[in-house]
Amino acid sequence: MKISTTRRLELLSERHRDGNISRRTFLTLTAAAAASTGLSMPWMGRALAAATEVRFDGWGGVVQEAIDKLAFQPYTAKSGVKVVQGTFGDENEIITKIKTSKPGDFQIVHSSGVNYYIKYVNGGHNSEINEANIPNMANVLQAMIEPFRKITPKLSAVPYDYGTTGIAYNTKVISPEEAKEKGANLLTDKKYAGKVGGYADMTTRVWYAALQTGQDPNAISDMDAVWAKVRETRDLAKKFWSSGAELMDLLSKEEIVVTDAWSGRVAALQQQGAPIGYLDPAGSYAWMEDMLVLKGSPMAECEELINFMLDPATAIAVAEGQNYPPSLDPTKVELTDKIAALPAFDPTGTMEALTFADPVYWAENEDAWTKQWDRVSKGA
Amino acid sequence: MGWKLYDSRLAWTLIAPTLLLLLLFLVLPIIVMTAYTFFTFVTAGVETSVLTLANWKEFLFDTYYHGFLWKTVRVGATTAILCALVGYFPAYFIWSTRFRHKWLLLLLLIVPFWISFTIRTFSWIHILGEQGLINVVLLRLGIIGEPIPMLYTEGAVIMGLLHFLLPYMILNVYVSLESIDRTLISAARSMGCTSAQAFREVTLPLSLPGLGAGLLLCFVLAAGSYVTPQLLGGSRDALFGNLIYDTIMGQLNWPMGATLSVVLFVLLGCAAAAYTRYMGMSQIMKGLGG
Repeated sequence: MKISTTRRLELLSERHRDGNISRRTFLTLTAAAAASTGLSMPWMGRALAAATEVRFDGWGGVVQEAIDKLAFQPYTAKSGVKVVQGTFGDENEIITKIKTSKPGDFQIVHSSGVNYYIKYVNGGHNSEINEANIPNMANVLQAMIEPFRKITPKLSAVPYDYGTTGIAYNTKVISPEEAKEKGANLLTDKKYAGKVGGYADMTTRVWYAALQTGQDPNAISDMDAVWAKVRETRDLAKKFWSSGAELMDLLSKEEIVVTDAWSGRVAALQQQGAPIGYLDPAGSYAWMEDMLVLKGSPMAECEELINFMLDPATAIAVAEGQNYPPSLDPTKVELTDKIAALPAFDPTGTMEALTFADPVYWAENEDAWTKQWDRVSKGA
Repeated sequence: MGWKLYDSRLAWTLIAPTLLLLLLFLVLPIIVMTAYTFFTFVTAGVETSVLTLANWKEFLFDTYYHGFLWKTVRVGATTAILCALVGYFPAYFIWSTRFRHKWLLLLLLIVPFWISFTIRTFSWIHILGEQGLINVVLLRLGIIGEPIPMLYTEGAVIMGLLHFLLPYMILNVYVSLESIDRTLISAARSMGCTSAQAFREVTLPLSLPGLGAGLLLCFVLAAGSYVTPQLLGGSRDALFGNLIYDTIMGQLNWPMGATLSVVLFVLLGCAAAAYTRYMGMSQIMKGLGG
């Protein structure tokens, strides 16, 4: 019996619903049918959009190179879905772009944890992930997932890696003993005036100033003392860097001899043979990064990509490549010696040894402190 | 009725597409930006259309902004004057040379434009830095014992701007010199002027419109710059453009960022208007007025 193309497509849909064919096979066959007949079925728009590409925006540099080489390229080879990539130096920059574009233009962002997650939620840019489509989330540290779930019970992001912003120093000038002894105060040591650097970011500056004034960065009682310390660092600093590439350039060219620095970037420099030491002082700033899916994204494809990225083999390879520990629970997944040796790695999986920013406390003060930091950084 | 040469209708017809583009991509965005200055900032990345004068009040009564506005004017004016001082002589040389391949000299002027502006700016890091060319050479020659701090200073910013803007100045002055009737200089010489007097009494005054246009262009571009201070300046060497960038991109405070943008636009517009008033940019409009 000859059946019409429409009936054939409906049967295909039924087979998919019954689980006889995979979603990808179904979408591919539907798209092929559409291309050959010009017919339109309710799910075709999605079918035609499905197998093409996913947009990803990240921090660039060695981190994104590792993600591209070890996760995106294998994913594309496996699925045929191309991952189109963009980069940013400051996450506020990508938030501005998202705000001025239509939903779907930007899809997955390698975001800086809960502090930024709140900004996306406030701006209405978050989506709702179907966690059932990401079975590898079962291996992700609950301690990393919970802070996100407190903000939105239905997650829009999946934690992917974590690290610290500790102190990097040139070992030709500063000994490990001196660094350990002075800790966070190394950044305000007048001996290194004009050779000090720092991340041009309010959170990092306020965090370290709080440590230098003996305060808890998650419950600061004397902000005047904090701003005074921020000014002190500013006056000693040669340059506040604004990207990982700039940080590595300043350290490797010896323009600066001490700075707060991202653990993974320092590890990359050390692997290149640069004479750079790294220290996490007491209360060092720990942060996590997540794969954030934005509103308007092709959810199924994004979930499939994130699931692929969380596959232990992929996540471990990426972690080793980007020098940041993965969000995988070390009590559930066996991680490598190289990962165990990375700065900030927590073998217990509880994350209790790391001090993260309290998202609610920091969100309450974010606007006022960012404004003040912008002023202080320019000499006010 | 047919078209006449210099017919105003013809002129308006020819210029209409450009005017339309200006309306869509310049005037309309400025109107939208101006409207934003009255919006209320809620939190980073979120604002409401509840109208307020808070942003304007903050700008008018906060001396922090006034200081940067003055600094921007100072750096812009310094850069423009340095461009004029440094750029006039190459322009004069190209105009007066009897070199057969003068086009080659003009080509050399525009060669830098073939390279990305950002890369050209970055190149100064390798020249002015502690491990840069100047310091390395001076250290190896034993002239200095410690590297001279040149990078991440206001001087480095002005140097970067000079590098970027000098061709604009030279081309403006050169075009102005090219329009001078050389017989006037011959006449001045035949009436007893020395070369220097002929330059002072004839060439320089007649090239002033080009010099003025170059000064205006260099000032406007320097005062509106934010990439050069970002790359070559220290934390205190920011210009007003950097304030706008930080307010919009860092604080995600669009209403205040829009207010600062409108302020800079008005400031630079005033500079252009002053030039029009005293140097005669309005000559350009005569062709349209018929």
